[in-house]
Amino acid sequence: MLNIKNLEATIDNKHILRGLNLDIKPGEVHAIMGPNGSGKSTLANVLSGKNGYEIKGDIKYNGESLSELSTEERAQKGIFLAFQYPLEIPGVNTNTFLRTSVNSIRKAQGEKELDALTFLKLIKEKASELGIDEKFLSRQLNVGFSGGEKKKNEILQMKLLQPKLSILDETDSGLDIDALRIVADGVNSYKNKNNAFLIITHYQRLLDYIKPDFVHVLSNGKIIKTGNSDLGVQLEKTGYLNIV
Amino acid sequence: MKTEDLKNNKDYKYGFTTDVENIRSPKGLSEETIKFISKIKKEPKWMLEWRLKAFNRLKVLKEPNWQKPKYPKINYQDLYYYSAPKSTSEKPKSLDEIDPKILETYKKLGIPLDEQKRLNGIAVDAVFDSVSVATTFKDELTKKGIIFCSISEAIQKHPDLVKKYLGTVIPLSDHYFATLNSAVFTDGSFVYIPPNTKCPMELSTYFRINASETGQFERTLIIADKGSYVSYLEGCTAPMRDENQLHAANVELVALDDAEIKYSTVQNWYPGDEKGVGGIYNFVTKRGACRGNNSKISWTQVETGSAITWKYPSCILQGDNSVGEFYSIAITNNFQKADTGTKMIHLGKNTKSKIISKGISAGNADNMYRGLVDIKNKAINSRNYTQCDSLLMGNKCGAHTIPYIKNNNASSTIEHEATTTKINEEQLYYCNQRGLDQEEAVSLIVNGFCKEVLQQLPMEFAVEAQKLVAISLEGSVG
Repeated sequence: MLNIKNLEATIDNKHILRGLNLDIKPGEVHAIMGPNGSGKSTLANVLSGKNGYEIKGDIKYNGESLSELSTEERAQKGIFLAFQYPLEIPGVNTNTFLRTSVNSIRKAQGEKELDALTFLKLIKEKASELGIDEKFLSRQLNVGFSGGEKKKNEILQMKLLQPKLSILDETDSGLDIDALRIVADGVNSYKNKNNAFLIITHYQRLLDYIKPDFVHVLSNGKIIKTGNSDLGVQLEKTGYLNIV
Repeated sequence: MKTEDLKNNKDYKYGFTTDVENIRSPKGLSEETIKFISKIKKEPKWMLEWRLKAFNRLKVLKEPNWQKPKYPKINYQDLYYYSAPKSTSEKPKSLDEIDPKILETYKKLGIPLDEQKRLNGIAVDAVFDSVSVATTFKDELTKKGIIFCSISEAIQKHPDLVKKYLGTVIPLSDHYFATLNSAVFTDGSFVYIPPNTKCPMELSTYFRINASETGQFERTLIIADKGSYVSYLEGCTAPMRDENQLHAANVELVALDDAEIKYSTVQNWYPGDEKGVGGIYNFVTKRGACRGNNSKISWTQVETGSAITWKYPSCILQGDNSVGEFYSIAITNNFQKADTGTKMIHLGKNTKSKIISKGISAGNADNMYRGLVDIKNKAINSRNYTQCDSLLMGNKCGAHTIPYIKNNNASSTIEHEATTTKINEEQLYYCNQRGLDQEEAVSLIVNGFCKEVLQQLPMEFAVEAQKLVAISLEGSVG
C-alpha cells in the first residue's frame, strides 16, 4: 500500500527526514516511536501533503507517486491523518463539517453524496459506537473541546471517512486512560485486512491496547531499528538512549 | 457548494444589460430635472416643493470627505437622474403588461415576480432603474390593511402618511447625499403596517440599475404602527460597466410603540473588475427611529458588492425600553473599499443596542468598521454591546476599526470587543486533509466566521447569502 524510499524532507533549511525507508501492506499496523525532534510528525505531514516541505526520494501509495497529489487529493484517495493538535473552526458545527468532508470524499470517489438525513443517521451510529454524546455533534468544531474530546472527534472522523491508510499522530498524548481506551477501541474496531495504520507515539501505553505488527524506531530522520511489538515494551524499559 | 457552481460563477453573474427603450430626464442636476421627475410622476405640488427645498439646501452643502475610501470627483452635471423603461411610462396594471424583457431580466436574477407560482411566499417590489415595475401579492396584503407599494404610488394614494413621516428620520438638510436623494429620488418602496398587525410574509424590494450614466436614487419609507411587525429585505445588482455609477438611496424606518422592524440587505452591486475599474459607489443613508416605547429595529446587512460602500444604518432609540440591533457582514475583495458601520443613539430610558460586525478583506481591498454609540444623559440604565471582528486574507488588504463611544450617564454601560485574525493556514490544511478543496475550505471557514450574522437573515436568503459570501472571495487564497 505504501512504499517509501530514501525520503528526505527539509523545512526552513532544517534537514529533518534523512533517507527514510518504510513499506506498509494492507492489514498491517505499524508503530513509529522515537525521541522528540526525530521527525515523527514531519513524516505524518509529508505523507498527508502539508505545504512548505522540500521533498526528495519517492513515496508510492498503491503504486501511484504521491508527490503530484494535493492534500485533498490524497485525502480523497484514502489517506487520513488524525492530528496531534486538531484545529478549531469557530462557527462551523461539527456535524456540518463532517458531512462536508464525507461528501467531498464521496464525490471524488464517484459515489453519491449523502443527504442530511442519511448522514445524520450514519454519524449518530458511529458516534454511539465510540460512546460520543450526540450533543457533541452540534457544537462548533473542536471549539472548547477538551483534549480527549478532540482526539475522540478525530477517531470519529476516521471511522466516518473509512480511509485505507490511517496515520495517527500522537493521538495518545494528553489522554486519560478512559479516553485512551476509547481511541484504541475505535482503531481496533475499524482495523481489517484491507486497511493499514501508521501510529506515531512517544509511549508504549497506546500499544498496550493496539497491538502493532511492526515497531520502528525513528532517530535523526531515519528508521534505525525495526522489530515486533516486543520492541515497544523493551523501549519503555530502557529508553531510546540505549538504542540511538 | 459544488466546485462546478463556483467555477461557473467566477465572474459577476449579474453583469448583463437589458436592451429596453428608456425615457430619460434631461442630463445634469437642475431645477428643470427635478421638475421633470416630479411631473412624470404626476406628483402633487407639495412634493415638488419639498424636492425644490432640498435642492436649494443642496446648493450650500458640501460632499463629506472624512471617510477613508477616496474617490474621483463626481460630475453631477454629467449624470441622468431619471431613467425608466418606456413601456412603463404608464404604470402597468398587471404583470402581463410589463415589458417581457424586464420580466426576463428578473427571471435571470432569480426574482420571482409571477404571483401564480407563489414560489417563496415573499412579496416583491421590483425597481428597475428609476421606477418600480411590479409589486406582487398586493391583494393579500391589502386585506390586512398593509400598504406595500412604490413610493411614487404612495405619494399619490396615501399622501397623509407620506407627509407625516417622510423626512422625519432623515431630515431634508441632513448631509450632502441624503439631501441629493431628497431632491431627485425617483422611486423606491413604501410600507405601512397597521396597528397590531403582523405582516404575514417577507416584504422584499429588488433594485436593479440597468441604464448607463444613470444614478439610482431610491427612497424607502417603512412605518410600523403600534404593536405591529414586519420583516423586509432588499437586494441589489447592476450590469458590469467600466464607469462608476452612483447609488445614493435613503431608507427611513419608523417603529411606534411595541412595533418591530427587521430590515435585511443583501447588497451585490457590481464591484468593479479585478483591477478596480468600474463598479457602483454605494453611498446610502439608512436610519430607523424607534419612536415608540418598547419598539425594536434590527438591521442586517450582507455587503459584498460595490466599488465603494459607504453607509451606516442607524437606530435612534427614542422610546423607553427600545432596542436597536445591527448585524453586518462586509466583504471586500480586489480593489473594493468599504467604510461601514452603524450609529446607535440612545435617548430613551432602558434602551439597548447590539452591534455585531464581521469584516472580511481580501486582495488589495480595504475594510473599515466605523461606528458611533452615543448614550445621552436622560437614557438611564441603557446598554450597548459591540463586537467587531475582522478577517484578513493575504498580505495586501487592510482592516480597520474605529469606534466612537460616548456615554453621558453613569447608570449605562458600553462594551466593545474587537478582534482581527488572518485566515489560518493550519485550518485550511486541516480542511484539505479532510478532503475539502481550497475553495470549499475557505467558504466553510468564512461562513463560520459570519455565522452570527447569517443566522439573522430570513431562511430563504441565508442560503443565498452563504453562496454569495463564497463567490465574493473566490480565488482570494492562493
